[in-house]
Amino acid sequence: MPRVEIDRLTMRFGPVTAVDELSLHADAGEVLALLGPNGAGKTTTVEALEGFRTPTSGTVRVAGLDPVTDHDAVMAHLGVMLQSCRLYSAIKPREAVRLFASYYRRPLDPMALLERVGLQQRAGVAWRKLSGGEQQRLALALALVGRPEVVVLDEPTAGLDVEGRLLVRRIVAELRDEGVCVLLTSHELDEVEKLADRVAIIDQGRLRAVGTPADLAAAAHRPELRFRAPASLDRAALAAHLGAAVDQPEPGTFVVAVEPTPATVAQLTSWLAERDIALSGLSTGAASLEDVFLRLTGTSPTMNTDQEDAP
Amino acid sequence: MNALWAQTRNEVVLSLRQGEQLLVALGIPILLLVFLSQVDLLPRATDRPVDELAPAMLALAVMSSSMVSLGIGTGFERHYGVLKRLGVTPLGRPRLLGAKVIATFGIEVVQVLSLSLVALLLGWQPRWQPALLLLAVVLGTATFAGLGLLLAGTLSGPANLAACNGLYLVLLLFGGIAVPASELPGPAGAVASSLPTGALVELMRAATTDTQSVGRALIVLAIWAVVSPIAAATTFRWSPST
Repeated sequence: MPRVEIDRLTMRFGPVTAVDELSLHADAGEVLALLGPNGAGKTTTVEALEGFRTPTSGTVRVAGLDPVTDHDAVMAHLGVMLQSCRLYSAIKPREAVRLFASYYRRPLDPMALLERVGLQQRAGVAWRKLSGGEQQRLALALALVGRPEVVVLDEPTAGLDVEGRLLVRRIVAELRDEGVCVLLTSHELDEVEKLADRVAIIDQGRLRAVGTPADLAAAAHRPELRFRAPASLDRAALAAHLGAAVDQPEPGTFVVAVEPTPATVAQLTSWLAERDIALSGLSTGAASLEDVFLRLTGTSPTMNTDQEDAP
Repeated sequence: MNALWAQTRNEVVLSLRQGEQLLVALGIPILLLVFLSQVDLLPRATDRPVDELAPAMLALAVMSSSMVSLGIGTGFERHYGVLKRLGVTPLGRPRLLGAKVIATFGIEVVQVLSLSLVALLLGWQPRWQPALLLLAVVLGTATFAGLGLLLAGTLSGPANLAACNGLYLVLLLFGGIAVPASELPGPAGAVASSLPTGALVELMRAATTDTQSVGRALIVLAIWAVVSPIAAATTFRWSPST
């Protein structure tokens, strides 16, 4: 049975539809990433799973339970890292982890957990004196302390340094191995590609695509051979020689709609050699997750580091 | 450790760690008690100012821990999303509120003991009525915690800070604490005795003397003690955004 089930979830705020008929599921031992530009509806979806918001229509289930009506039961199974969450400003990491441990029936050992997130040296420092990255690490520890079956991480790597990112990656992998269902949001493609088993691309509240990073890239694959050469190149003649359309998306860049086999590459280079045309930057058309994302949402996922605001 | 006790301990430890909380809870009432009983500044009905001041300062102490400390603390927890984070744990609202109530009563016990000790040193001669004292503390706490949480649950963090402190000052000066309601001119006195502070001072006085006639003050405070928590409960929003 899926640990997280989202069935035709719709969330409206007045005239704004933040989430529109979204259906997704994630199993135990699986890492599902919600990827989308800012304002795509990722946080709103996550807040429905956390029981903060009642769906306008559709249902969400965490560990088979309704997060609003079975709030307390869901919370015993759920570990959460909220986006940009503050704690009591005077609390120390040691106290915070112990306090949160007291909320759960079978918590992890607080000191071992602090060591796992690399905070053992900072266990006695007031929260407000921790760096942003240390506060993130503590937030991650608090998400794990109750041995949750489902972990929801909202932008877990936002604002983290390289070391912090590696830590999140390692912990997510450990959780997957322990059979925990991990759902995370991100607008950073690199992270998602490294963290997630499956990626759901969301834009304007709708699911645009879902699958493994490799599947998504393969589905978006279009046979093409791309190269750079002087803009004066005779496209019609080359097209006739190769028996395929030759496009010039920008001056000096040419795209040939053929399968990039060794034979077609040889045909192209010999044609260029006969005419003594300089060739640079030959590449084949393997699509990346970024291409898929750009094609589906029309925005670049990595440029914007602002935090998503739910309406 | 049991969640309720861990949370209660957390509430107490964190509020003691903040100097301004200690100042409001203990420093100001004790300072005012000593100062006003030694310096002949305000109109007094008796020539033994400490007898009048001690119950008033007990009322002030209840107001400062249940309205100011609780209200400001909770307001910032809400403002910064701490309450939202607690909302995604199995702690639950009843235990969170329970912890806050127990922590507040714990601090009030310390306040009553230390204020009484200082007042005794200043020559106070109370006649304790323990049941009435307990009733006064319970009704006063319900009233002022309700008012504090009403502000904390509806205003933003900084606005709530200003409102809690402002209300504290107004009630201290005009609510029958610094100046007894009976000494305030005409209508101001009538208003003061209908305010929860005026009523609580009356009850505190009755609880520490052999006064029997507390009927009106008791009714006034009981009404406040029912109305203000209901107002807080119906308007409280756990997070400013959701």
